[in-house]
Amino acid sequence: MADFFTNNWLGIVLLTLGQCLLILVPLLVALAFLLYADRKIWAAVQMRRGPNVVGPFGLMQSFADFLKYIVKEVVIPAGADKAVFLIAPLISFVVAVIAWAVIPFNDTWVLADVNVAILYVLAISSLGVYGIIMGGWASNSKYPFLGSLRSAAQMISYEVSLGLIIIGVIISTGSMNFGDIVRAQDTGAGIFGWYWVVHFPMVFLFTISALAETNRPPFDLPEAESELVAGYQVEYSSTPFLLFMIGEYMAMVLMCTLTALLFFGGWLSPIPGLPHGVFWLILKILFFFFIYSMVKAITPRYRYDQLMRLGWKVFLPFSLFWVVLVAFLAKFEVLGGAWARWTWGV
Amino acid sequence: MTAAALAFYAFAITTLTGGLMTVVSRNPVHSVLWLILSFLSSAGLFVLLGAEFVAMLLVIVYVGAVAVLFLFVVMMLDVDFAELKAEMARYMPLALLIGLIILMQLAIAFGVWEVDAGAATRVAAPIVGVDNTRAIGLLLYDRYFLLFQLAGLILLVAMIGAIVLTLRHRQDVRRQDALAQMFRDPAKAIELREIKPGQGLAAPIEGARR
Repeated sequence: MADFFTNNWLGIVLLTLGQCLLILVPLLVALAFLLYADRKIWAAVQMRRGPNVVGPFGLMQSFADFLKYIVKEVVIPAGADKAVFLIAPLISFVVAVIAWAVIPFNDTWVLADVNVAILYVLAISSLGVYGIIMGGWASNSKYPFLGSLRSAAQMISYEVSLGLIIIGVIISTGSMNFGDIVRAQDTGAGIFGWYWVVHFPMVFLFTISALAETNRPPFDLPEAESELVAGYQVEYSSTPFLLFMIGEYMAMVLMCTLTALLFFGGWLSPIPGLPHGVFWLILKILFFFFIYSMVKAITPRYRYDQLMRLGWKVFLPFSLFWVVLVAFLAKFEVLGGAWARWTWGV
Repeated sequence: MTAAALAFYAFAITTLTGGLMTVVSRNPVHSVLWLILSFLSSAGLFVLLGAEFVAMLLVIVYVGAVAVLFLFVVMMLDVDFAELKAEMARYMPLALLIGLIILMQLAIAFGVWEVDAGAATRVAAPIVGVDNTRAIGLLLYDRYFLLFQLAGLILLVAMIGAIVLTLRHRQDVRRQDALAQMFRDPAKAIELREIKPGQGLAAPIEGARR
């Protein structure tokens, strides 16, 4: 039986398909509840009740919304470029999903164990901007177009600093494989062996850049409702809109996962002695998602020029400086090679 | 046919179709989108060759940054397609001439091209012991370090040139000083004045913008 799945091409295809579904289905179901959690947290901060009608405590709210979205009519504006208009949300969704192919959930639980996993995620997330640009342009309308232009500039700007921050982690590990990065953080010191200690300032930069990269508040300028109505999503309705929204949240959860993997030890347990496992990774993702929700609830929106200034004049020089610093710290094995984990042979 | 060959033909056909549609498309934005598809499928070809690092760089640099800027510019252009078509008829003979010359040059080049009999087997020379990211790193930073630095210097010069060409300090526009804005003292920013009806302000408020 095991032979069929490793030698026969039909078996390999079926196995891969099964693994894909095993990632995708729990992810989408989790996303439904994360959306609900996001709204509940936001409501709690503002002393509202939030969704509380559908199901116990409103837990089924996301599924009701889902049904509502898919049975509504897809409205395509008369002046829109029909093909591009419909492809845009698909790109947004697909790109957010396929990045999960290289994310490891436990020591050996990974769909595609590729050498350049980090670069793959970076490349895929840089594709996400196309969904937004194409959607904004194809709508043939002023607000969507302005929103998409803003978002393109914003995502490119923050991708640069995200990439530089990741380079620091790559230098410390000597590998671009997520599995190796997490294993390099397994030093026996539990929570204090992880990269957030040695790459301390970068954790904040990464989180903020991730917020900007996923167009979350306080950087949600592409869809700033007070000035652009809803930015690139204005002309979208029903399922295409749903795809945009799922894509956006999926990218956000991906960024939470990346933070957990790169700086907070992935599936490693924070207390030495406790067993490692996927349980820890999920807990960390949920924690970062909670932080994202809180940021959305308590921060006012940035002004656009300030956003650009922050990206290019503060984050970029700082992360560039950090790369140079880490390179020196790794080369001379400062503190017994805390920045050069490949010398430890873990 | 193996799975790799199947994937190769799929990527190759997509690349060629993308390239063709880039040229043929009437709408310049569609052209750029087809070009991006072409880039993406050539990244797929690199992956098939075992050069996954180059493939990812192609996607990050060309698709993720260069093509976005391209799309930016093309979207902003206000192109009149009818006018463009009329222009095309005028320049057609010249374009055909250039095309013919390039075709002849290619024919001459391929005419004298000698292919080594063993070339086909060296398409993806196996790198023993190191993955190709490390191999590229070793080549770039160890063996060709000077050339690599030179390339960087050329890029730096190009960047400075672009900045010099576009940077201008306009005197009639007030520039923002973000730091000064952030460090304003709320106590000094607002001043309460008692104004009697019909009199107005005798003296202008100190530090007020005009």
